[in-house]
Amino acid sequence: MGTVATHGLGKSFGKVQALDGVTLDVPDGSFFVVLGPSGAGKTTTLRAIAGLEKLDAGSVHLDGRDATGDPPAARDLAMVFQNYALYPRHTVYENIASPLRARHCSSSEIAAAVERISSLLHIERLLRRRPAQLSGGEMQRVALARALVRSPRAFLMDEPLTNLDLKLRVEMRTELTRIHRSLGATFVYVTNDQVEALSMADQVAVLREGRVQQVGTPTEVYERPANQWVAGFVGSPPISLLACHAEGDRLVGAEGWTLPRPRWTTAEDGRPLLLGLRAEDLSVERRGNASLPGELYGLEPLGDRTVVDVRVGTEILKVKARPTVTGTPGERLLVAVDLDRAHLFDAGTGLSLSEAGR
Amino acid sequence: MAVSVNEAVSPGPVRDHPPPARRRSGRGRTVLEVALLTVLAVVMLFPVLWMIETSIKENRDVYAVPAKFFDFKVTLDHYRDVFVASGGGRSTLSVSFLNSVIVAGVSTVLATVLGVPAAWAYSRFAVRAKKDQLFFILSTRFMPPVVVVIPIFLMYRQVGLIDNALGLILIYTAFNVPFTIWMMKGFVDEVPAEYEDAAMLDGYTRLQAFRKFTLPLLVPGIAATAVFALIFSWNEFVFAIFLTSSDDVRTAPPAIAGLIGGTTVDWGLVAASSVVFALPVLVFAYLVRKHLVAGVTLGAVRR
Repeated sequence: MGTVATHGLGKSFGKVQALDGVTLDVPDGSFFVVLGPSGAGKTTTLRAIAGLEKLDAGSVHLDGRDATGDPPAARDLAMVFQNYALYPRHTVYENIASPLRARHCSSSEIAAAVERISSLLHIERLLRRRPAQLSGGEMQRVALARALVRSPRAFLMDEPLTNLDLKLRVEMRTELTRIHRSLGATFVYVTNDQVEALSMADQVAVLREGRVQQVGTPTEVYERPANQWVAGFVGSPPISLLACHAEGDRLVGAEGWTLPRPRWTTAEDGRPLLLGLRAEDLSVERRGNASLPGELYGLEPLGDRTVVDVRVGTEILKVKARPTVTGTPGERLLVAVDLDRAHLFDAGTGLSLSEAGR
Repeated sequence: MAVSVNEAVSPGPVRDHPPPARRRSGRGRTVLEVALLTVLAVVMLFPVLWMIETSIKENRDVYAVPAKFFDFKVTLDHYRDVFVASGGGRSTLSVSFLNSVIVAGVSTVLATVLGVPAAWAYSRFAVRAKKDQLFFILSTRFMPPVVVVIPIFLMYRQVGLIDNALGLILIYTAFNVPFTIWMMKGFVDEVPAEYEDAAMLDGYTRLQAFRKFTLPLLVPGIAATAVFALIFSWNEFVFAIFLTSSDDVRTAPPAIAGLIGGTTVDWGLVAASSVVFALPVLVFAYLVRKHLVAGVTLGAVRR
């Protein structure tokens, strides 16, 4: 068993409300990612679960039992810190052994456990070194080993890959997924990197300014964002948002364009809306059943694809195109829109209006 | 990024700024610089030199006119007199030195034992009105200690702490605790709190986490702080002379001062006891000099 649940977490630091009613439900054995920009309260949430943060409001439940007042040691959790927090005076071996020493395991048990985990993470040759003699990637593995050496109720990970270079990060992403699968344990993983969230998670909770915006599978969060903010935060290049309103069977843009009104929208005429269009649902190469007139603003070649910036009125649309696409800025063009995959948001509340009709 | 103490306390000399470009490497000092430094050294060191010379001169050489710099007979009689009474047995001065060791040692230990955990708490926890509390603690050091000698004397008389080693220990501890808290807080701030967080998740209690993982990293800072507290207690004169009177309790500073003032002054004895008095602090500071320099600069650099 290893379920983690928080209910209405509240925490303020002086005048800053870090957490404002954070309620999460992490099922046993899941890879649960808390995603949000810096300052969203992700780390505070994790520290609250760990018992390192005194809460103003709310409760933490571990395996269904209220653990809000428990000290960290009693919660049976393991945590990987963003800056690893390896004990500088201790060898790698002693760092990894620390959770077992704290629990008074015999030295033969400790030796066996450290050996097992260090071979799993390929750090056997580092055991006699001290943290200062390790590279960033090695420190990261040791921090991971210190958490994985026990079988706690759940693993908490606070942006463990942020301080690694890109290549190593991609490698460790695969490795973490592999470890999660082989252990079958509960992971609560905090990150501001949406690629990590989308590629590793079973469940994603999107956090903003201490409030949960949406909880769902990566596909749900990407395909059916609950609001305009989630749509804008998840996805790269970011979703393009155009102000518009419905008028009979048409959508009329603030910039003067018109599109057929999508079948699934129920928004009444005249209500201010935002039309959300992802780069991959737009095209400058194909013809579609619906299109927007604009002019070429710029090209961003990214190797495997090129992002075409198209100016529609005063807005810039990001359009995904093949790397071979060419054009000169100022050139007039039509952008084909896949309206079945478009999103509509209420311009006032930012909430998605796409759900109802689909 | 957080700097670990290991990285911050490099074994080599600590230098905050690159040396001025004017000072070229090696023997780059100008003649003028050397001359000025020599003058300064002579002026500063002459009293010390004279104290040492006087302590090993025979009494008639002490009063010799013109003064004898080199051609005097060396004697260690004065040093013997510091420790051994004229009739044999312990001298009163040696008792004073022992008192000084006890008073300075115990008050330093007390100030450290009280101040280090307090500094840790102020550094780690959200204490209500923390800045005001810290300012209040510091404010006790704003006035010259002499100001409170009379009130303390009157209070001590009521509770029977006059002419009592405990009285001196308490007052020195009271003066050193604020200093210890302030200096140690700087050191604790430098040690990332994550070590303790990690230790607590490993299964240690908060206090175990502090003792096992933070405290060892604070040792250089504690050494530096304790040396300063020790020097203050060891050198303190005003309270010692007001609050103690008997030879059994008196510490070394008032005891040495008491040697001056009779009809004849045994300058050799005064000088010898002064040397004996100065030596322990010099030796101690020399032994921990690495910690001292690292400690002072480490505590001074704020994140």
